[in-house]
Amino acid sequence: MTRKKKVTATVISQKQIAEQIYDLWLETKLAKNAHPGQFVGVYPHGESMLLPRPISICEADKARNRLRLVYRVAGKGTAEFAACKAGDQLEILGVLGNGFPVDKAKGKRVFLMGGGIGIPPMLELAKAMDDKKQILLGYRNKDLFLEEDLAKYGDVYVATEDGSVGTKGNVMDIIRAYSLHADMIMACGPMPMLRAIKQYAAEKGIEAYISLEERMACGVGACLGCVCRTTEKDAHSHVNNARICTEGPVFEAREVDI
Amino acid sequence: MNTEVKIAGVTFKNPVMAASGTFGSGMEYGDFVDLNRLGAVVTKGVANVPWEGNPTPRVAEVYGGMLNAIGLQNPGIDVFMERDLAFLQKYDTNVIVNVCGKTVEDYLEVVERLADTSAAMLEINVSCPNVKEGAIAFGQKADSLYNITSQIKKKAKQPVIMKLSPNVTDITEMARAAEAAGADALSMINTITGMKIDIHRKKFVLANKTGGMSGPAVKPVAVRMVYQTAQAVKIPIIGMGGIASGEDAVEFLLAGATAVAVGAMNFVNPCATVEVLEGIEAYMRQYGIEHVTELIGAVE
Ligand SMILES: Cc1cc2nc3c(=O)[nH]c(=O)nc-3n(C[C@H](O)[C@H](O)[C@H](O)COP(=O)(O)OP(=O)(O)OC[C@H]3O[C@@H](n4cnc5c(N)ncnc54)[C@H](O)[C@@H]3O)c2cc1C
Ligand SMILES: Cc1cc2nc3c(=O)[nH]c(=O)nc-3n(C[C@H](O)[C@H](O)[C@H](O)COP(=O)(O)O)c2cc1C
Ligand code: FES
Repeated sequence: MTRKKKVTATVISQKQIAEQIYDLWLETKLAKNAHPGQFVGVYPHGESMLLPRPISICEADKARNRLRLVYRVAGKGTAEFAACKAGDQLEILGVLGNGFPVDKAKGKRVFLMGGGIGIPPMLELAKAMDDKKQILLGYRNKDLFLEEDLAKYGDVYVATEDGSVGTKGNVMDIIRAYSLHADMIMACGPMPMLRAIKQYAAEKGIEAYISLEERMACGVGACLGCVCRTTEKDAHSHVNNARICTEGPVFEAREVDI
Repeated sequence: MNTEVKIAGVTFKNPVMAASGTFGSGMEYGDFVDLNRLGAVVTKGVANVPWEGNPTPRVAEVYGGMLNAIGLQNPGIDVFMERDLAFLQKYDTNVIVNVCGKTVEDYLEVVERLADTSAAMLEINVSCPNVKEGAIAFGQKADSLYNITSQIKKKAKQPVIMKLSPNVTDITEMARAAEAAGADALSMINTITGMKIDIHRKKFVLANKTGGMSGPAVKPVAVRMVYQTAQAVKIPIIGMGGIASGEDAVEFLLAGATAVAVGAMNFVNPCATVEVLEGIEAYMRQYGIEHVTELIGAVE
């Protein structure tokens, strides 16, 4: 476990890459310790807004101390971040959470599945995995993002809800449409998608590592705000609840009751 | 410069504590602060048995503060003693154990279990649902507060701090009841009951509908309550509610608090506790104050 820190990061660049979706590069030493699937807490400046916004690490350039965050404007905090320009500063807390178990995927055929704003963490994960991988991405419509970046690291399949690009439907429909197979799944996306993946993995008898989301306050395991239901008693809490910010955000699908 | 304070015979190297429920067991903030620098760590509420807590969402941001409805999730006294208390014992800081329960018997069980431990003081959270009185918290009726305080005092080996709820008509009535029942100190304020509604989904933001508000926005309410209580009782008060800086802490001391605790601001600034202490020291230097106790209740 590397030490968590709250640091001041400098905006290197920011651009909009799809409707309401922003692509932000920050310069920060936190990049050195970033592991795929981990996240940072980004603090809004506005004094009325106190809590850090959890945002996944999309890419980490360890050599140049750079972190890439790709996020959707969902409210006041992210709207403030979207206005940041090169040279601006942001306070960030990190790196947080456990991340994906990259080592467990060695020698396996893996599906990397991302839905909507769950796609960004798949990029750093795809980069960290050497074996061949199938990357399944679900979007609302033809306003795609990050699919070109991801195509460098594996075979990308796209689904859109409106059918404007790729398979009509979601990531599960891609599996059926192309009769794809995998020995393991790593995924991040909306809850209905994660539930479908949990069920699919159970039917196929394969491991699925899914990244969960919950409202957070501290981000470091202190407040117990961010828990998810677990099937067994959690080793830390001694009840059927695990802290998404600390034991997660990535859980093996069988461990959690979603 | 001397920052030492005494509460019910216990000496604190300085008046700054981490507030219950906002600092985990201290372990979670070990990357950010040297726990040895704190006057005390107040631990998350612990009950006789593990509690699951409430469904999520449990937290929500509100203007200048936050709401929480954690529901006092805790691993129970056994795990707490083996793991959390054992961890904190290694540090040169006082440990105050926050105790919760659903019945008076639950509280008494925890208090007795803690008798021979390193806990320096007990802080009794009387904002817990009281199953015997239709979920009205123990701290919201003067007679039930008197009752639980006197029963705990009979069993407790350590000095007892009663943590008062601000969700009452007259805080001084509660403070007097606790004092009359033998409480050694008071801490205040616990969170103020609030609510947030998502107007787009027409739904409550918290699964529990209501949650306790804390953070900078509640500070004026807390300072007022500390002041009124300090006028009404003789026992020492640990003040909290929105403390973010040394200046905020000094306000509580001037209002009559002997010590202060930092809660929700730990989430905003993980080094908040130590920075509050440094801020108090800077204030003392600026005004040539030799001993921090000179500030207690010094508002004119
Ligand atoms: C582990 C994790 C990783 C995430 N990664 C990304 C990412 O890479 N890209 C991205 O666009 N979004 C991501 N999110 C969601 C992102 O945190 C929220 O969209 C963001 O906090 C919204 O903040 P706001 O101030 O704009 O919205 P507001 O609604 O104004 O926020 C109010 C409060 O609610 C919280 N909140 C609102 N929505 C969410 C949510 N979905 N999840 C958690 N807290 C929320 C905010 O943090 C804030 O405390 C992630 C969430 C988690 C838990
Ligand atoms: C997430 C959270 C959990 C809390 N848990 C407890 C608790 O277990 N027991 C308790 O007595 N107070 C608890 N509190 C109340 C705080 O200790 C403190 O009294 C209150 O938050 C006011 O201080 P603040 O404004 O600095 O946060 C909790 C507060 C928060 C924000
Ligand atoms: S956000 Fe506080 S414990 Fe996870």
